[in-house]
Amino acid sequence: MRHYKYLLMRRFSQIAILVLYIGANAWGWKILRGDLSASLLMGKIPLADPYAVVQIVVTGATLGMDIILGALIVTLFYGVIGGRAFCSWVCPINMITDTAGWLRRKLKFSEVQKRFYMSRSLRYWILGLSLILSAVMGVAVFELISPVSMAHRGAIFGMGMGGGALVVIFLFDLLVHENGWCGYICPLGASYALISKFSLIRVHHNANKCNDCRDCITVCPEKEVLHMINKSSESVLMGECTNCGRCVDVCKEDALGFSIRSQLKQPKDEE
Amino acid sequence: MNTQTPNERRRFFLSIARGIGLSAMGALVWSAYVGEVKAAPLVLRPPGALNENEFIKNCIKCGLCVEACPYDTLNLAKPGDNLPIGTPFFTPRTIPCYMCSDVPCVPVCPSGALSEPSVSNYVKSHAQLDINKARMGLAVIDHESCIATWGIQCDACYRACPLMGQAITIEFSKNERTGKHAFLIPIVHADVCTGCGMCEHACVTQKAAIYVLPRALAMGEVGNHYIKGWDPKDEQRLDTVKKNVPHEFTKTKLSEKSALDSLNDESGL
Repeated sequence: MRHYKYLLMRRFSQIAILVLYIGANAWGWKILRGDLSASLLMGKIPLADPYAVVQIVVTGATLGMDIILGALIVTLFYGVIGGRAFCSWVCPINMITDTAGWLRRKLKFSEVQKRFYMSRSLRYWILGLSLILSAVMGVAVFELISPVSMAHRGAIFGMGMGGGALVVIFLFDLLVHENGWCGYICPLGASYALISKFSLIRVHHNANKCNDCRDCITVCPEKEVLHMINKSSESVLMGECTNCGRCVDVCKEDALGFSIRSQLKQPKDEE
Repeated sequence: MNTQTPNERRRFFLSIARGIGLSAMGALVWSAYVGEVKAAPLVLRPPGALNENEFIKNCIKCGLCVEACPYDTLNLAKPGDNLPIGTPFFTPRTIPCYMCSDVPCVPVCPSGALSEPSVSNYVKSHAQLDINKARMGLAVIDHESCIATWGIQCDACYRACPLMGQAITIEFSKNERTGKHAFLIPIVHADVCTGCGMCEHACVTQKAAIYVLPRALAMGEVGNHYIKGWDPKDEQRLDTVKKNVPHEFTKTKLSEKSALDSLNDESGL
């Protein structure tokens, strides 16, 4: 059980948040109303997706105070504390892509299939492009195609043809590229990676305990962030780390754990 | 010291160029799609909505207005509805807007896409919500399929209208076919109609003969080069023009020749 601690906590968090949103529309609960684009917490605190708000701002729209305040609250929360936790603890797509990734590992597709090359920076290009297009077209363009909001809105207000987008993402992650959507394409995840560059909660690696089994790298959806494994003791400082804690779960040697960010680096002791 | 070799530098510039090339390709597809979904003029928005162009800029698609609506009038556009995805709309023939006097859908809007001032009255700078100021659309009547124009007595729309006698009035005229009956013809008044769609919901014909269209689609525009000379208020517009626009008065001299002379003048031919 110990090896599934953070996985189970994440699933609980993802499902609980989704249920609160669904309950607000279906049964009039007042805890968390709206959806992941913008919501009202406890009927008082506005929350808003900073990326969506930036897209709206570049269209030249005059926005209400509530939504700017909401985006600031969310930015501060992830930027100072949570890191890119949105992707692994809140986003409903994560359950789909995690399943695809798990199935892909079980079926050993990555060992057989020749790697389909995509750059990790593709998402930042899409992020930039979405802002340019939003300004030119006069509408928040990613919000019109975002499978994340389609899935989430669909669960709350009715799915329509949106289910198709979810199947496409599942098949893409399963058949085309490991962690293809979350790790390479999604500009929403990219925006949270930028926001959480300097956040406090980080995975910390203790290289002296590491036996180089590489289980952490196998399960990690953003493998680059674990460049220090078995080399030096330091915090995982890259913003791309989603704080999913899967590496902490699978490490049998206790060489990984959550802690407060530290800039110190200590090379592994020579034995 | 520059440690980059020429090849590394070329690789760097080429990778930027490749990114730009791919982005341009993506932009082509993406903008075509966005242009397509943006061009959905047949959509009715909640009360207080900004004009369509501004509305889809502002709306963040959170659905708070949908959740606030006690009658399930409002829906968020789903993929496949061929409307800008995630934006709220309503279909009056299914569920019209019931014009709640406390307008619950508007104050919850966090983005300002639904504007509270547009549905408020100000009494001594104290704002008071007034749903009758909403302009969601305009009811339009197809006289061919309205049975009242056949001479059958029907005033379903007139009675369903929450502003009965103001937004819809009934005009009487003689039915020459029978010689002894009256036509009771409904007339919509655009200056009062809110576009709530209760008339469309109530219409008895198979496909509603009275239906709500977005105002931008249903209405024409005179332009400001016509002024109602008999209306002192409208006449005042002329004063502001005189004040703000450099102008000179011209007066065409009346011809001294009689009209007949000018008609019979063949010298120009």
